[in-house]
Amino acid sequence: MRAPSLSTKDLTINFGGHVAVDHVSCDFYSGELTVIVGPNGAGKTTYFNLISGQLKASSGTVIKDGEDITATAPSTRAKKGVGRAFQLTNLFPQLTVLENIRLAVQAQTGDGWRAFTPTNKLTALADKAELYLEATGLEGVAKQRAAALSHGNQRKLEVALLMAMEPDIYMFDEPTAGMSMDDAPEVLELISKLKADTRKTILLVEHKMNVVRSLADRIVVLHNGALVADGSPEQTMNSEVVREVYLGNAGVMA
Amino acid sequence: MEKTNGNLLVKGTVFLVWAILLFAPFLFQDVRSTEVAARILVFIVLVSSYDLLIGYTGIVSFAHTMFFGLGAYGTAIALKTMGPSWSAVILGALIGLGISLVIALAVGLLSLRVKAIFFAMITLAVASVALVMASQLSGLTGGEDGITYRPPSIFKPAAKLLTDENGKVLRIFGVKMNGKIAAYYFVFFSSLILFCVMLRLVVSPIGSVLKAIRENEARAEAIGYRVVAYRTLVFCAAAAFASLIGSVYAVWLKYTGPDTVLSFAIMIDILLMVVIGGMGTMWGAVIGVVMMTLAQYYLRDLMGVVADATHNLPIVPELFDPDRWLLWLGLCFILLVYFFPTGIAGRLMAKGEPA
Ligand SMILES: Nc1ncnc2c1ncn2[C@@H]1O[C@H](COP(=O)(O)OP(=O)(O)OP(=O)(O)O)[C@@H](O)[C@H]1O
Ligand SMILES: [Mg+2]
Repeated sequence: MRAPSLSTKDLTINFGGHVAVDHVSCDFYSGELTVIVGPNGAGKTTYFNLISGQLKASSGTVIKDGEDITATAPSTRAKKGVGRAFQLTNLFPQLTVLENIRLAVQAQTGDGWRAFTPTNKLTALADKAELYLEATGLEGVAKQRAAALSHGNQRKLEVALLMAMEPDIYMFDEPTAGMSMDDAPEVLELISKLKADTRKTILLVEHKMNVVRSLADRIVVLHNGALVADGSPEQTMNSEVVREVYLGNAGVMA
Repeated sequence: MEKTNGNLLVKGTVFLVWAILLFAPFLFQDVRSTEVAARILVFIVLVSSYDLLIGYTGIVSFAHTMFFGLGAYGTAIALKTMGPSWSAVILGALIGLGISLVIALAVGLLSLRVKAIFFAMITLAVASVALVMASQLSGLTGGEDGITYRPPSIFKPAAKLLTDENGKVLRIFGVKMNGKIAAYYFVFFSSLILFCVMLRLVVSPIGSVLKAIRENEARAEAIGYRVVAYRTLVFCAAAAFASLIGSVYAVWLKYTGPDTVLSFAIMIDILLMVVIGGMGTMWGAVIGVVMMTLAQYYLRDLMGVVADATHNLPIVPELFDPDRWLLWLGLCFILLVYFFPTGIAGRLMAKGEPA
């Protein structure tokens, strides 16, 4: 069996007695898209926060390509190729869409420390930013401030920031939540294109079952912070434990 | 950013200000005007460098005058002890710069991780200590009286830069080409160079990172920027600019004391200038400095004129009594901040932007 690109071992966080993520051990592989499901409050977002470093684990480890990154800062993890988008839109509101994306690009190219070269002279940077502007369909609003965008476009920009980081690990946290029927398929199309690149590992939190079915290679189920099921879509969707977890949430899983 | 009318207006105004400053000794041939022009030049750098902190990165510091003072005292003490020479100016400036950088680095690394409000308090404490030390170490600093010294010989009023055929100091458009002119252009070009370096800084990738940190620190970190490192860097850079222009000011004034370079009154001036001009634009700093400095120097005179002109009306002359100038200045601030909460440049430059 090949080595996982990302693993968590007994990853746990404790908010003053409330265990939001409870000894979650899971391996993720490149070329695989794992959908993480679970009812509201199951700990999905918190699990992401532990992997990308926004929260510090109470115990357990996060390992990227064999390297223990549990104690590192979020920026270090980002540079090592762990990228994530946020469930709650988390942009640079007073900066333009282009500037938002360029920031994500230049963080990876190492241009962030350049102090004496005007940004508009760095054409490689601009070209790459342009690429992701187009990929996410935001080229028409490139000069608008992020704060002025519609909700749908803000969600797209959220995704664009992650794409522009070009990480090894992509973590999407309900990327299409609150998007219109027109916009959601565009974003899902992007993710499925990403899947074609076998070097990439994709983690996706998603509630919409049609999305899960069409994209997932594998499904992991979280419940009360614990991993309760992990397997192929058919296996997990039909398992006893998942039915139990979603009892009363039948509508969501339907 | 879009090239909008407001944008052009602001940049045009700033360009005009620099043009006037370039010719100031010829345009206004009196001692006081030259003093005002030099003060504007010095404060442009002081306030723009503060804008790097507060406007671009969202760091509130009360220690900016301390760095200004360190540069000034470094140069002043060197000139006093070594005598008037360029090597004293350079050595003093470097020592001031070195101490500024060490303090900025220490304060930055130790405390830029903490909440903004605590950081502001720490800088306040450090600046207070510096102020107390300047008055306690009176053997070195001259205490409350400050230090008077002579500048390098080229800046002495009697120095002749150019002479006519009789060996007398040459006049161009009636202005004597003496040491005073040399000193003014020393201040002018120092200020211009430092300002241009800062302008360059903010349009470079690092400028975007600073804005990103101001806008959303957590996301900046999440996309791969080490926020503490950037904050510490900009804090050190701002300290360096303040320190260097402090050294320049010391050479210009030929006197350095707590009131000219170190007091909290100056810190408050800096804050007001950056707020009035508009934070996070660099251009705004220039506008804020000019407006406030002119008001500080000329509002009193202007009120005197108004009071005289209206002396046979009731109440009006009372209101415009020159002694009430601070009251009017305060009133102007309140109105400006009320009507231009994002500052003059901030307001004008935002106007034409697509909503
Ligand atoms: N910073 C925090 N402090 C205290 N409790 C927290 C914190 N973050 C999350 N929690 C708690 O941890 C639990 C898991 O929350 P989390 O946001 O990870 O759920 P989720 O699975 O993402 O839910 P949703 O589907 O609603 O997004 C919740 O009970 C939440 O209240
Ligand atoms: Mg969530």
